[in-house]
Amino acid sequence: MTAYVLKRLIIAALTLVLASMVVFAVMEILPGDPARLMLGMNASADQVELLRNQMGLNAPLVLRYLHWAGGLLSLDFGRSYTYSVPVIELVRERIAVSLPLALIALALSTVIAIPVGVFSASRQGRAGDTLAMGAAQLGVAVPNFWFALMLIYLFAVWLHLVPAGGFPGWGAGIWTALKSLLLPAVALALPQAAILARVARSALIEVLNEDYIRTARAKGLPYRAVLWRHALRNAMIPVLTILGLQFAFLLAGTIIIENVFYLPGLGRLIFQAITQRDLIVVESIVMLLVAAVILINLLVDFSYAIVDPRLRGRQ
Amino acid sequence: MKLWKTILAAAVLSLAAATSAFAARTDLVIGIPLEPPHLDPTAGAAAAIREVTYANVFEGLTRIGPNSEVLPDLAESWTISDDGKTYTFKLHTGVKFHDGADFSAEDVKFSLDRARAKDSVNAQKQLFAAIDKVEVIDPATVKVTLTHPQGSFLYNMGWGDAVIVSPKSADTNKEKPIGTGPFKFQNWAKGSSITLVKSDNYWGAPVFLDKVEFRIVPDAAAAVPALLSGDIQAFPFFDPDSVSQIKDDPRFKVVVGSTEGETILSINNKKPPFDKLLVRQAISYALDRKAIIDGASAGLGLPIGSHMAPTNKYYVDLTGRYPHDVAKAKELLKEAGLENGFKATLKLPPPSYARLGGEIIASELRDVGIDLQIIPVEWAQWLDQVFTKKDYDLTIVSHTEPNDIDIYSRKDYYFNYDNPTFDKVIADLDLTSDEAKRKELYAQAQKILADDAVVGFLYELPKVGVWDAKLQGLWENAPIPANDLTKVKWTD
Repeated sequence: MTAYVLKRLIIAALTLVLASMVVFAVMEILPGDPARLMLGMNASADQVELLRNQMGLNAPLVLRYLHWAGGLLSLDFGRSYTYSVPVIELVRERIAVSLPLALIALALSTVIAIPVGVFSASRQGRAGDTLAMGAAQLGVAVPNFWFALMLIYLFAVWLHLVPAGGFPGWGAGIWTALKSLLLPAVALALPQAAILARVARSALIEVLNEDYIRTARAKGLPYRAVLWRHALRNAMIPVLTILGLQFAFLLAGTIIIENVFYLPGLGRLIFQAITQRDLIVVESIVMLLVAAVILINLLVDFSYAIVDPRLRGRQ
Repeated sequence: MKLWKTILAAAVLSLAAATSAFAARTDLVIGIPLEPPHLDPTAGAAAAIREVTYANVFEGLTRIGPNSEVLPDLAESWTISDDGKTYTFKLHTGVKFHDGADFSAEDVKFSLDRARAKDSVNAQKQLFAAIDKVEVIDPATVKVTLTHPQGSFLYNMGWGDAVIVSPKSADTNKEKPIGTGPFKFQNWAKGSSITLVKSDNYWGAPVFLDKVEFRIVPDAAAAVPALLSGDIQAFPFFDPDSVSQIKDDPRFKVVVGSTEGETILSINNKKPPFDKLLVRQAISYALDRKAIIDGASAGLGLPIGSHMAPTNKYYVDLTGRYPHDVAKAKELLKEAGLENGFKATLKLPPPSYARLGGEIIASELRDVGIDLQIIPVEWAQWLDQVFTKKDYDLTIVSHTEPNDIDIYSRKDYYFNYDNPTFDKVIADLDLTSDEAKRKELYAQAQKILADDAVVGFLYELPKVGVWDAKLQGLWENAPIPANDLTKVKWTD
């Protein structure tokens, strides 16, 4: 087990190093000069050159990579070109929105998807199953920005229950802040729940056809107990895999929903940084996300071991 | 019973009195599409910096008014020497910066010297190019000597880039702007909003609002529900395409004004076959400005025939120089030896006027035999490839700087246009302060550009503002990027 963990950790570290090179190279290849972007069209070439020097953009490529990568190792993520504040500060502000949002959305999606999946699987082919899976199909198909706008018109414009967008900050009170995350969380959760419900259903159906389920039923266990205690637990592995992927997506891939609700999340920060060629922000945040995804994958692997005892002893 | 009635009447009356006394709101939430990268207008070109700080947080010697006029600001008055080279500014006294520091002539000297210094990264450094020296006469008087008389000097000093900053806070203005304006900076929740509050020790006419929040709403689709729900009460720069959803609602005012944004089809004047005057003129004849304005700008925006805003006092109407005439365009191309047409590229930056306008222009040019390949680019790419490296045939962009016809005389500018006659007119303009002569020179300049068909002149970018019908005092036009809140108030 220790060797296995060690091996996984070494692979994770190598992935990080490789990713840092790719990320850095890609951002360097992108055409566009952050200094020119800041100074606009009226500034002279000399002035742009001056600012490039001030920003340290004229140093050799390898040197700049080493400087940046070295900083990452000591958890120094550099300073934003445009905002001129430490990148880590920007990330901390944004993660205070993105992380709670991702967690609420994930919780919502799980709470909706698992019961629906179980319900559908236990009534395979019957009217309830068809209806639930039809709804799920719709949930996958509906574009989430449209769904989000409909939610806004209904709950904010018409019913005035929640704000139409924006984030007041956690300083404004927990409930006020949560209220502004509610609609975006629902808008994010439903399509995810639809996918998850379909995965849960098919995984469960597969398990329900296994011999040991028949055995359990034959020894007299009630159907309900077989379904929830034996079948669901065995169907959890694909569900957990999808959940892990969804969490990584929810953390930074929610740029469209963040735009519709004008939330100051991580996705928007990256998007903005790319358009402004705030290279150091993009590079550092992408690296943080790579690290987060690797970590999530490790956690998912460990959770397999929890749901499947057979994996625990395996090397 | 009678007593009961009296009490009721008194209660109603006092309630009415109370509501009318407290009726006028003093808070405002304004939606802006782009977040400023920082809040120092002396260190960056982004319009969003000015849209928050201009006239609100920072003030200059002079300022630009809602109709592009030059108004006194921190300078109460000024005298100009007979040779037009020396400006003596009399400053307001009793002015304080938001951090409590006193404002004086020393700050003016510091700010102007800082902006024109060798290592300055002021985005509009050319505004200060004519300054020879800045001298403090006494705490309330400052003398600026120019190397040559400059007609636009007072206007230049009204730009957001020429605001007066304090030496104590100049280096931290990006994060925590400290100015002399009627509003002081309170808070910036990055990615979300910027809050200003009324400054207690303001020297000038008091403002009506106590608190203003600029909320960043990047998505045009989100702006409409934000208005309808009342979360945001004004979008001074609204997406023209979304106006139809709001314009019949009596709760809101839709105000269409003009900007200083000349939207043009830029042409690489050195690249064959665009180096031929006939070809550029053919393109001008092929353009149908009305169709372009309808398609790219929801029918809003005035057509232009040269590089000058129709609202500008120096404007000459040259829109009739090249009427939409496909036959004429084909004839000119034939004369240029290109009767079989040719292929070229059209690089389009992200704004919708460019992307939508580009589609229409491509189809209009196809009608005369010019086959355009459309290449969408990001801003950063546009600045790099088109603007800096001049690697392009045609592109569409709005030149939003006010009074910027001089860009055609700049050496090595991305139009690759070179006309000594035009350069002479611009050089003369810089030296002339006589209004009648300036008008004449500006007219000449506009005419030369139209005759040379340097670029395809399309239309003036409109400013579409939408705000609560009870709100008063926001600018209708945008002579410079700004959201001047000094006169904004709520009415009943």
